[in-house]
Amino acid sequence: MAELESQLQALNDIVATATAAVVAAEQSSVLETLRVQYLGKKGTITAYLKQLGNVSVEQRPVIGKSVNLAKQQVVGLIENRAKVLAEKAMNEALAAETLDVTLPGRGEQTGGLHPVTRTLQRIERYFQQIGFAVAEGPEIEDSTHNFTALNIPEHHPARAMHDTFYFNAEMLLRTHTSPVQIRVMEQDEPPLRVIAPGRVYRCDSDLTHTPMFHQVEGLMVDENVSFTDLKGILSDFLEAFFERPLNVRFRPSYFPFTEPSAEADIECVMCNGKGCRVCSHTGWLEVLGCGMVHPKVFEHVNIDSEKYLGLAFGMGVERLAMLRYGVNDLRMFFDNDLRFLRQFN
Amino acid sequence: MKFSEKWLREWVNPDLDSTTLVEKLTQAGLEVDSITPVAGEFTGVVVGQVISVEAHPDADKLRLCQVDIAADEPLSIVCGAANVRQDLKIPVAVVGSVLPGNFKIKKAKLRGVPSYGMLCSEKELGLADSADGLMELATDAPVGTDVRQYLDLDDITIEVDLTPNRSDCLGVAGIAREVGVLTGCDLTTWQQETIAETSALTRDVDVANSAACPRYLGRVIENINVNAVTPVWMQEKLRRSGLRSLGPVVDVTNYVMLELGQPMHAFDNDKLEGSITVRNGQADEKLTLLDGQEVTVTDNSLVIADQSGALALAGIMGGEASSVGDDTANLFLEAAFFTPTAIAGRARGYGLHTDSSHRFERGVDPELAIVAMQRATTLLLSIVGGEAGAITEVSSAADMPEQQTIKLRAARIKRVLGIAIEAEQVEDQLTRLGLTVVATDDGWQVTVPSFRFDLSIEVDLIEELGRLYGYDLLPNTRPQGTVLTTNISEHSLATDRLQNLLVDRGYQEAITYSFVDPTMHKHFLLEGMTPITLANPISADLSEMRTSLWPGLVNALIYNLNRQHTRVRLFEVGRIYTGTTDDIVQHRQIGGVVCGSRYDEQWAEKQRPVDFFDVKADVEQLFSLAGGDITFVAEQHPALHPGQTARVYKAGEAIGWIGALHPRLNKPLGLDGKVFVFELALTATLAAQVPSFEPLSRFPALRRDLALLADEKVTAGEIERCLNSIDSDILKSIQLFDVYTGDGVELGKKSIAIAFNIQHAERTLTDEDVDALMQTVTDKLDQQLKVVVRS
Repeated sequence: MAELESQLQALNDIVATATAAVVAAEQSSVLETLRVQYLGKKGTITAYLKQLGNVSVEQRPVIGKSVNLAKQQVVGLIENRAKVLAEKAMNEALAAETLDVTLPGRGEQTGGLHPVTRTLQRIERYFQQIGFAVAEGPEIEDSTHNFTALNIPEHHPARAMHDTFYFNAEMLLRTHTSPVQIRVMEQDEPPLRVIAPGRVYRCDSDLTHTPMFHQVEGLMVDENVSFTDLKGILSDFLEAFFERPLNVRFRPSYFPFTEPSAEADIECVMCNGKGCRVCSHTGWLEVLGCGMVHPKVFEHVNIDSEKYLGLAFGMGVERLAMLRYGVNDLRMFFDNDLRFLRQFN
Repeated sequence: MKFSEKWLREWVNPDLDSTTLVEKLTQAGLEVDSITPVAGEFTGVVVGQVISVEAHPDADKLRLCQVDIAADEPLSIVCGAANVRQDLKIPVAVVGSVLPGNFKIKKAKLRGVPSYGMLCSEKELGLADSADGLMELATDAPVGTDVRQYLDLDDITIEVDLTPNRSDCLGVAGIAREVGVLTGCDLTTWQQETIAETSALTRDVDVANSAACPRYLGRVIENINVNAVTPVWMQEKLRRSGLRSLGPVVDVTNYVMLELGQPMHAFDNDKLEGSITVRNGQADEKLTLLDGQEVTVTDNSLVIADQSGALALAGIMGGEASSVGDDTANLFLEAAFFTPTAIAGRARGYGLHTDSSHRFERGVDPELAIVAMQRATTLLLSIVGGEAGAITEVSSAADMPEQQTIKLRAARIKRVLGIAIEAEQVEDQLTRLGLTVVATDDGWQVTVPSFRFDLSIEVDLIEELGRLYGYDLLPNTRPQGTVLTTNISEHSLATDRLQNLLVDRGYQEAITYSFVDPTMHKHFLLEGMTPITLANPISADLSEMRTSLWPGLVNALIYNLNRQHTRVRLFEVGRIYTGTTDDIVQHRQIGGVVCGSRYDEQWAEKQRPVDFFDVKADVEQLFSLAGGDITFVAEQHPALHPGQTARVYKAGEAIGWIGALHPRLNKPLGLDGKVFVFELALTATLAAQVPSFEPLSRFPALRRDLALLADEKVTAGEIERCLNSIDSDILKSIQLFDVYTGDGVELGKKSIAIAFNIQHAERTLTDEDVDALMQTVTDKLDQQLKVVVRS
């Protein structure tokens, strides 16, 4: 019995020593050494297992049980310690990989569209949604399309008011996008619904004029369109463009190619109609011209003005962009100063 | 058209305040551009008369004046104006008065001499923008009267921006007529006095071109008082309409023009020879105009002539020789109707634009000439006296504008305006406008009076009805119409896809002028290209239509480099203009300019300057969106570096360029550092293909790499073309992944590594398949390009 006791005590001592060693191990290589030392082929606990054959039949189960228990204990200890060490190693590795995540990302920064393009795209998108197609026409135009077909005969005061750039007696830089109306009606049969965005030119340059600017022309020809439809379309558009309820007023005006003709004013978006420098203290801002297509224009393009009616409108893109974004100097649009352009990114 | 509110109210006086009146005009289509007080805000200024003028003891330019203001004692006032003189009547700001700008007049000492007030100029009273001396008041101005009262200054000037169709409102009477219609207020009636024709003098008139001048009225007025002056009330009305007083005769003709809208002209009757002829200009006929300019009259413009030659440009401007001067005692007064098309554009042809031409080219009431003639005669007789002769009138009924009768359909009103207007209202409104309205089965027969010559077709009347109804009272509706089909083509990308791609790759979009500076432009012109030039550019540096986007983009680049930017990436979408004025080509292009470092300054990437292949990648990505057979071929462009330039081809068609700006441009353009540019034809770039599905292979792919040795001059493009020409079902793609020269590679040669991706559609590849393919590859490369596998 004493031998049994001493054997069990010795096992306990081994487990105790192993426990201390495993817990103290700081590297997985040390753990491996300990595993070999206790559980390897020549390991201390393995030695006990090998001796079991020499143990008496009575004591064998007792000792066998204790040896297996000791083995399980040490295996468990080593596994747990290995987990701890692995986790520690992972944590250390992670800590070493810690980045300053507040540093900016690498590579190219995005640029931006010109505010005029941005504005044009919004206008185009709006009208495309209500069934208008986008049409284009040449910028170097003939005087027939730019003037005559629009019921502006030679020597008409409206022609003189256009400050036209000429190449020769016939060819000129279009002074408005309205000639695209003519080109569309020459080419296609009604019903028609188009908008025509683009560059236009006037021989004028000062604080509030640049020799080149942009317009969007709109044209709808159908059997039943009326002046109240024109008012509706444009009021809806202006509210959508400025994304707010807006007082819009229509004033009688004159364009040789439309009748009735009107100009639309919006309540000043800078001062909400109270009166400020931008609206010359009137509370109103003129934003577009419009009207019903003049019968003489239809006559030029062989559309029967008894059968069809047309509504047309034209708006200045820079003007809308200035009001939308609060730009106070028209000329900035064409300086292409990066400090200006980047404000619209 | 500028006029004073008080003048208008003499004609029509609705019970409305100024603001409401102005609002009504604007809402009726007579847009009020500005409202300005006719004088500055001031108080305490009275009419004074200079009694004596003495030199200031201590100042050469100052004078000490005694001024009578009808007070107990005259005021001692120091004055520096050059025109101060004894007996002069002037506005006097006495001590305690307040001048515009809240400028209070106090007793002051000027160089030691006390001064009790200030003598005023027109500028100081806010009556004019500038003045070159004291305001000289009429000799009959009552001393001591408040100047505001004396000149009736509590008034505003209304400026209406009239549209070209409403020249019937280019006179106060016309505006008044409109206000009458808008407010329902009756016009003040006035009776033209009968004029006693006390002179027997007349002058014959002969109209040679009656189509251009259907009506001409002339009248002699003799023995006028050469010393007469224009009354204050008339001077003030003229001033409030923006006209200076130029002596009583001219003032009266101007006054009648402003009042009634009929331009008139007065000749010095003593300077005329024989009868008056209205005819076209003759060959080489010269005429010195009132403004001193000598013009050669063109044969399509109308002149007023006498037996000695042209006297005046009809309806535009009088001549100097026959003009009324200080000593003119006898007048020949003209009031005519000239056909608008006979005047339109003529003034502009002489570089002129006058109040008269402005009216005649837009249209004047043909019936107005007689009214104006009588009105002017009455005014002249009362101001300058004299005896009037009988009117000589030459009218051609056949050439007069026809009286318009217009058919107006009720149904059409509804179709155009979108709402029906009650018959009663239609009749009432049109009648108020002075039109004669007769009801018919489906509407009305409307007769237009001579003063509304802008109304000639049905829709003209519909516009009037809409306008008087009030555009704002018309409802807003949404159109009903046929649903139209739209195009959803995949054969062309949308332009914004390309714009967005460049934006995402760090480009900022620019918009530059379509006309460019010739000195900049010349650097970018392809050989033999002549730009299209504007006949009337706004300035020499904006005179040529661009043949490339580069001049504008490089200009924008320089603008930014000069403002402390070192890294610039800009692109533009726009047209270029080539060909000749007889055959203009205006294609849309997309182009860019790039300079500076590869990336914005940052911590994570080593900085290096941008290079050709960075920019080429951007261009390749633009192409990758639409696909297509794109090749880059080394070619020469005058603006680009001879060794770093590629012409870009899509499906064999040259569509653009990419390259480094030629270093020799650096100096003239003030650039330092490399600048890369590209420009592509937009339509070709956008042309896309509809994807076509190919079944996926279930069999494994494999890759073979080849290290090749090629002559330095053999390009990657040539190798690629050679490999692409191999007809093989299993060669799926090739990838060039290394180019090397230097150690281990023979001088004059380069090493190139290419990966071949190989896959069979229907079975697993065998060694034989692959070996056979690679043999073809090496044979082809060797035969065509002398490119061999590196040993």
